[in-house]
Amino acid sequence: MELKEKLLSSYVAFENNVNINSDVHEIRTKALKDFEELGFPTKKLEAWKYTSLNSILKEDYSIFPNKEEAIEFAEVKKYFIHDIDSYKIVFIDGKYSSFLSDTTHDVIDVCLLSSAFTKSKHKAVIENYFNKVAKQDNMTALNTAFASEGAYIYIPKNVEVDKPIQIINFATGSDSATLLQPRNLIVVGENAHVQIIERHQSLSENAILTNVVTEIFAEKRSNVDYYKIQNDHSAASIVDNTFVAQEGDTICSVHTFSFGGKIVRNNLNFFQNGEHVDSILKGVTILDDKQHVDHHTLVHHIAPNCESHQDYKGIYDGRSTGVFNGKIIVNKEAQKTNAYQQNNNVLVSDKATVNAKPQLEIFADDVKCSHGCTIGQLDEQALFYMQQRGIPKKEARALLMYAFSNTVLESVRIPEVKSRINKLIAQKLNVNLGFDL
Amino acid sequence: MLEIKNLHAGIEDKEILKGINLTINAGEIHAIMGPNGAGKSTLSAVIAGKDEYEVTKGDISLDGEDLLELDPAERAHKGVFLSFQYPVEIPGVSVTNFIKTSINETRKANGKEDMPAKEMLQKIREKSELLEIDRKFLSRSLNEGFSGGEKKRNEIFQMAMLEPKLAILDETDSGLDIDALRIVANGVNKLRSDDKAVLIITHYQRLLEYIKPDFVHVLYDGKIVKTGDASLALELEEKGYDWIKEEINA
Ligand SMILES: Nc1ncnc2c1ncn2[C@@H]1O[C@H](COP(=O)(O)OP(=O)(O)OP(=O)(O)O)[C@@H](O)[C@H]1O
Ligand SMILES: [Mg+2]
Repeated sequence: MELKEKLLSSYVAFENNVNINSDVHEIRTKALKDFEELGFPTKKLEAWKYTSLNSILKEDYSIFPNKEEAIEFAEVKKYFIHDIDSYKIVFIDGKYSSFLSDTTHDVIDVCLLSSAFTKSKHKAVIENYFNKVAKQDNMTALNTAFASEGAYIYIPKNVEVDKPIQIINFATGSDSATLLQPRNLIVVGENAHVQIIERHQSLSENAILTNVVTEIFAEKRSNVDYYKIQNDHSAASIVDNTFVAQEGDTICSVHTFSFGGKIVRNNLNFFQNGEHVDSILKGVTILDDKQHVDHHTLVHHIAPNCESHQDYKGIYDGRSTGVFNGKIIVNKEAQKTNAYQQNNNVLVSDKATVNAKPQLEIFADDVKCSHGCTIGQLDEQALFYMQQRGIPKKEARALLMYAFSNTVLESVRIPEVKSRINKLIAQKLNVNLGFDL
Repeated sequence: MLEIKNLHAGIEDKEILKGINLTINAGEIHAIMGPNGAGKSTLSAVIAGKDEYEVTKGDISLDGEDLLELDPAERAHKGVFLSFQYPVEIPGVSVTNFIKTSINETRKANGKEDMPAKEMLQKIREKSELLEIDRKFLSRSLNEGFSGGEKKRNEIFQMAMLEPKLAILDETDSGLDIDALRIVANGVNKLRSDDKAVLIITHYQRLLEYIKPDFVHVLYDGKIVKTGDASLALELEEKGYDWIKEEINA
């Protein structure tokens, strides 16, 4: 049976396990209809021109893995940023792991969406925010239809959260193929600050497809700093759909570090609803073998006097392929917009490819918009220079790549995340440099 | 220390070096002069191991060890240093991080531990003072946006840090103002010792007033056509290269 049919026919079973007499369920069933109509994306869609999901959709996924899997912390410690104190919301095969988690209801709520759906305390937040910014394209509709579990984070106004929050989804691969659809809802009240780290990690060689939706609402004058670490197994794929709604005077940044996985598709969408907003979208992508990463960004400038900064760096080796599609829309009312987009790529191997496409739709007349895209090779002269100074070729290449990604790493504000990223890059490039840039 | 025998090298079909013979002993300073395009930079790049150039004949050895067998980094580990005529910009890597990596990779290759951080700092301070390099400079990206003279001074700073056995200075004096020339010359003279050697490539005799060479060679059309003492540099400065060309053609 095709995956689409399988999903549709299993819906009755899904409904047995959720409250079907709720507003949320109305949203779900509507989304199911949307998905039924839209189906999975194909290359015929402009937005999916360079990424085909065919090779991963043919797996026979189990869609409600229900074995209880326990994992020892020691086994998975390395996937956490473990050298800092943090809140943790951890899922194993889509199920909450209280053992690995460290949640709270003290002033802030760092807990589960499933409990937010049922507890009256969270009713208003769910009503006001759930599915309010996610736009219902193919994959998002599919996620919404089955939305039942994920991270729920609510930060009341004026709270500066004392430590970062980690959202980690493990896939054990206890079935031969598993589909996971986490749904995260993050609401940051006025003048509140939060830092979040998200990671999806497969623990086996079995096929995993994660289709995750994250909605982030930044109320006035709030500050959200979000890090996505993607360094998954070669049989694990992810479609990440993230939607950020920013009210006035907010600063939101999302850093995406893509170092692994089979097919990685990042749909990152920012909506600037208020004035004096700053949106920061940054990424470092380092791939080899046959890995594929597709960054699809959208910054929608709706209100005037806002800024957006995009800086994506990509390094492609082997037969890897990369896509960067950065769309900026500036509404007629969004005067004095300052939108900046930069995408630089290095092809280390001549078998690697990159498709880069900026898309600007500007309806206001008083805007500053700049975009630049480069695709090049590592600088041979620089490599010789470094070798002449005693730095072996492999290390010289790594140093050049580090240097190349440095503008992105520079703005990482959690030092432990930064040094972890540095380590991952070093690991990825198979070198050991005695310092962090 | 450095022994070059009948070296032929070039690029694709073009022969640039056409039979170079040169012996440099420990403690000596040699200068190479010669018209533009003679092959001076090519010679220095071939000694340093740039693989763009193909060596078709001849040998280069350092203390009896065949250099042609080694890659550029390995040659650097043996103590070969080349101050580039055109130093390369490396955005995103600070001068300090670069020199630290350079020193520790060299130590690692020679079976030594990393230089202790304190000693490193101390040395950086000492050598940057010697070359009158401002602190702020050291945290900037290597060579990025440096003026011509700053790049050259930075090359000599790195040389002072690495203390190479054989330093090749390819037109390090070009682009330096009068004060900087004196500072750089002082840096080179500080490195002088009985177990080290320096090869200076220059067009002007001015630098040689500060760093007195034991030998001056004229490289012309891929060959060393004349060798003399320091006075040869003066003579060239005065008379140019025409008389040498005439001598050869005669
Ligand atoms: N990579 C290269 N490709 C093609 N030709 C080259 C290359 N490198 C050097 N040459 C040629 O070889 C000859 C010698 O060049 P080289 O740079 O060694 O001269 P030089 O003596 O250092 O000159 P200058 O005094 O101008 O620095 C020149 O004719 C030059 O054009
Ligand atoms: Mg030259």
